Amino acid sequence: MFNNKREREEAEVGGAGMADIAFLLLIFFLLVTTIDVDTGIGLQLPPAPEENQEPPPIKERNLLNILVNAQGMILIDEEPTPVSALKQKIKDFVTNRGQDPNLSDSPDKAIVSIKTQRQTPYKTYIDMLDEVMGAYAELRNQASQSEFGVPYEELEDDSEEQQKIQDIYPKKISIAEPSEG
Amino acid sequence: MAHFQKKSAKTSQDVPTSAMPDVVFMLLIFFMVTTVLREVELQVQINYAQAENIEKIEQKRLVSYIYIGPQKLQGNQLGEPRVQIDDAIIEDIGAIRKIMYDKYKEQPKLIVSLRVHEEAEFGIVTDVEQELREAGTLRLNYSTKQEVVN
Repeated sequence: MFNNKREREEAEVGGAGMADIAFLLLIFFLLVTTIDVDTGIGLQLPPAPEENQEPPPIKERNLLNILVNAQGMILIDEEPTPVSALKQKIKDFVTNRGQDPNLSDSPDKAIVSIKTQRQTPYKTYIDMLDEVMGAYAELRNQASQSEFGVPYEELEDDSEEQQKIQDIYPKKISIAEPSEG
Repeated sequence: MAHFQKKSAKTSQDVPTSAMPDVVFMLLIFFMVTTVLREVELQVQINYAQAENIEKIEQKRLVSYIYIGPQKLQGNQLGEPRVQIDDAIIEDIGAIRKIMYDKYKEQPKLIVSLRVHEEAEFGIVTDVEQELREAGTLRLNYSTKQEVVN
């Protein structure tokens, strides 16, 4: 009886050490993992300009020119604007729907054109871009609330509903060729 | 009473540990999958700008980083603004085109995340953007931190 038991014990593979090995690996991967999610402002660059290509004709009223100059001032159509007023101006411009002759015809034609100079401080540029994104986010949220009764973020990615809102307020941001100076 | 004592003595008091390796392996596999090995060593100083309307990049594997900021010199000194891709400082801005095009061929859905020092001037960013346009990597992301709204 006693002899028999010992023989059986020897035949087993020791499973206790496996946990130790696994723990060791686990601790290694725990240490090297960076969980923090990468966040930022997404943007699509225009394709590289081709030779002798004419820019498509755009009506002046459908274009909102934002210039961030070397002094870190934000100019909308040549007019200095504080960052705090930027969001409202963009919303007014996009949702004009042809009322004011100086502002856009319709939201899907409205283009926000961003121009910078070489000495533009990066921080001001980001603040400005943040406001532009914020304005579009609010507009899309409003549209989503009135169409489907849910905030825009809760719509599923690549769903029909999301596409519909994007068609109502397409985010048309144009990066102008940089100017020297 | 005697009967009861005998029974409790026979019952094993140990917590069964045979499933522990399974649990640990499960955790291990989770961390192995989520880990992105080899964070680059930054040779430029970067303080992130802050913004409110930011989006998360879910697919970390699509992302390629470009770091722009003043170069770290010896003795905590900061030098001229430089561009760093992966582990190397790029001396010639024109070389970015080729580097990014090679990356683009490997991963056509590439997202370029620009990590720029907040006090940098925009001129150098513009130069990099022009190169990215030539390379065809048009999906950009300006890396920012979440702004705490007071």
